[in-house]
Amino acid sequence: MSDSQNILEADCVLEARSITKSFLGNIALDTVDFSLQRGEIHALLGENGAGKSTLIKILTGVYSRDSGTIRLDGEEVSPANVGEAQALGIGTVYQEVNLLENLTVAENLFLGRQPRRFGLTDRREMRRRSRELLARYGLDIDVDALLSTYSVAIRQIIAIARAVDLSGKVLVLDEPTASLDAQEVEVLFSVLRKLKAEGLGIILITHFLNQVYAVCDRVTVLRNGKLVGNRALDGLPRMDLISMMLGRELQHVTRDHQATEGDVPVGDAAISFNDYGKRGSVSPFDLAIRPGEVVGIAGLLGSGRSETAFLLFGIDRADSGTATVDGSEIALTSPEAAIAQGFGFCPEERKSDGIIGDFSVAENIALALQARQGWAKPISSRQKQALAEDFIRSLDIRPADPDRPIKFLSGGNQQKAILARWLATNPRLLILDEPTRGIDIGAHAEILKMIEKLCGDGMSLVVISSELEELTAIAHRVIVLSDRKHIAELSGADVTADNIMHAIAAPNRTEAA
Amino acid sequence: MIHSRNLPFVTTLAIFVIAYALCALQFPAMLSTRVIGNLLVDNAFLGIAAVGMTFVILSGGIDLSIGSVIAFTSVFVAVTVGSFGLHPLTAFAVVLVISTAFGSAMGAMIRYLQIPPFVVTLAGMFLARGAAYLISTASVPISHPFIDTIQGFYFRFPGGGRLTAMSMLMIAVFVVGGIIASRTKFGANVYALGGNPQSAELMGVPVGRTTIGIYATSGFLSGLAGIAYTLYTSSGYSLATVGVELDAIAAVVIGGTLLTGGTGLIAGTFVGILIQGLIQTYIVFDGTLSSWWTKIVIGVLLFVFIVLQRGIIWYSNRRIDIARLKGA
Repeated sequence: MSDSQNILEADCVLEARSITKSFLGNIALDTVDFSLQRGEIHALLGENGAGKSTLIKILTGVYSRDSGTIRLDGEEVSPANVGEAQALGIGTVYQEVNLLENLTVAENLFLGRQPRRFGLTDRREMRRRSRELLARYGLDIDVDALLSTYSVAIRQIIAIARAVDLSGKVLVLDEPTASLDAQEVEVLFSVLRKLKAEGLGIILITHFLNQVYAVCDRVTVLRNGKLVGNRALDGLPRMDLISMMLGRELQHVTRDHQATEGDVPVGDAAISFNDYGKRGSVSPFDLAIRPGEVVGIAGLLGSGRSETAFLLFGIDRADSGTATVDGSEIALTSPEAAIAQGFGFCPEERKSDGIIGDFSVAENIALALQARQGWAKPISSRQKQALAEDFIRSLDIRPADPDRPIKFLSGGNQQKAILARWLATNPRLLILDEPTRGIDIGAHAEILKMIEKLCGDGMSLVVISSELEELTAIAHRVIVLSDRKHIAELSGADVTADNIMHAIAAPNRTEAA
Repeated sequence: MIHSRNLPFVTTLAIFVIAYALCALQFPAMLSTRVIGNLLVDNAFLGIAAVGMTFVILSGGIDLSIGSVIAFTSVFVAVTVGSFGLHPLTAFAVVLVISTAFGSAMGAMIRYLQIPPFVVTLAGMFLARGAAYLISTASVPISHPFIDTIQGFYFRFPGGGRLTAMSMLMIAVFVVGGIIASRTKFGANVYALGGNPQSAELMGVPVGRTTIGIYATSGFLSGLAGIAYTLYTSSGYSLATVGVELDAIAAVVIGGTLLTGGTGLIAGTFVGILIQGLIQTYIVFDGTLSSWWTKIVIGVLLFVFIVLQRGIIWYSNRRIDIARLKGA
């Protein structure tokens, strides 16, 4: 609020005042103010559960507000659904549910507003206008091809083109960069800068502070459903922004852990894979993991990171090599076999592969333990409850309600619950695929801390991450993947972001990045 | 180039053409316009109902009430015209209003009570069948000068075949259905719903109105199919057309529409109907085969098409993955 007084009324395209919303008695937004100027990119930041999504959904007509006003170009509006918000001028691009893969590009662009001739859809005109529209974004693609044939980055731009063409005043982007690589992010940002220059007001939700500083002009920070502040980004120190978000001084999350560099655990590898691989998945590799060791896996998207995890956990069956645990050879033919060996795996796609949304937090936590005990010996609901309460306390899962369906928890808290699921089985090897993707800074730090604590307790961990700083902070050793091959292994003091990037960029990489 | 989404339709068409050619080689008489005319008229009511089913399946739903609604319609028309002396046109109008309202109510339940279509239309199936029994359990013959006129109306093909009013009605329904599916907002919304209901809603598709519209269309076309069936058999019978919804689903799937929704063509369903008709015709020509072979061949075809569809999905996913890896 502090800086918002000096904003000219006329420049303000969207203004929300005292927005309040509660769900079943839980207050999600508490008298929040928000204003967006014409021609600015405005970051909306906050930890998971801060109320960002709720605010956006109210602005775009998905939810109705309990109280407060929204003014668009000075006129009070109350969009009752997405269609109305679009018609008023507020368009949204979501991170996950984005357009329709079963329709063509042109059909996606013009769904609901097809050009018509003699009362029927004019497909030729639709194609022509689609090409014209996409040309403005520098895209020259076959608009008759199904959307599913294009990459996420292109789909994102198509979604933006649709939203802007449809609405034209305000564009809301909900985590648009989550699944893009650096180059694609740059393309997206140049599109955003161009739209900003054309006078559009853009709201950007993202977890990446670098990106906030790279494209945004102003930032609004929410915490626990309340407005923390609204600042110009120019000259705002990063630490100030982070402490606004966390509401506490950030403990030096990443740097502390560098201490682990020197003391790589010694002794024999308890779990080792020799010449282990699968054709069409990952080329044969050797990997030995000692107790209390964190092995990081780095590489670009599609380099075989997740595929390596699938092999280690028995989801894919290796067609060469051997796996040994404590000196005896084992057959990892299925995830059940892996669990029986004391392995655990938190997959990358939390929503589709990790959680069972309609099950309660307690049931989700008890799943792996139940699988390990065998279904013949059910865990009583009292045991489940006790187990869940333990982990809710020790991992600080919020809200602290074991009976709540897990789908109502924020991403960070879901991730903690999945971790709890595996921790309950007390595994000897825990494989984490992108454990911090899509979760906020606070939860991020907590999860890294937890990883460190677990390896301190003698657990072995394999951590896959696309954030190099994260890997260098926690891993004793880092395996670098490229083109589905293990191309380098760094350990001790050599584990640095620079070395990993050099390894990825090494000349044996045949295809252009 | 054939876009991969049209591949199932092209395959179906190719299968039909090849099968027809093989049949014609063995029985050259199958090329006669008489056979074609009969094939159309024998399957007219099924074809009309299958168009409604195509919309439902394209949207990711299912409608099990079709056969019962057809039976209800035929009994209703037969009784009101035969016993109460209503003019057939009035009876048609009334029954179409009833069947459309019935479909709309099912659509509203699916949307607003969030009950799966399978359950809602299963209840609808029992309800409509029960209502038909309530009107009459006997087979009610129908005779009215107006109905005789419709039944007597046809165009003559060269070669003696007849394009009857019912065949024309079916073809008209397919043409209008095809245009609605491919060239109207409603049609695009149906595909959108079948692709991903959440995305569709976020893109501003009026999900409630579209869902109700889809089941209303299916109800209306079931009513129309019932009228065609009444004209075809000159009677109404509450025990008739049991399981016709399953024949309709078979025609839709053989026609290349994905059971999961979002992909398919009305024209494909037409070819699906022709294939079913062709099998029946072949069995009649052969004379020694049991008519149950129709079911066996349709069963085999269904398996083939479901496997084919999985194959196409697998293939296109693989292509996307490869494209993605190359991009990475």
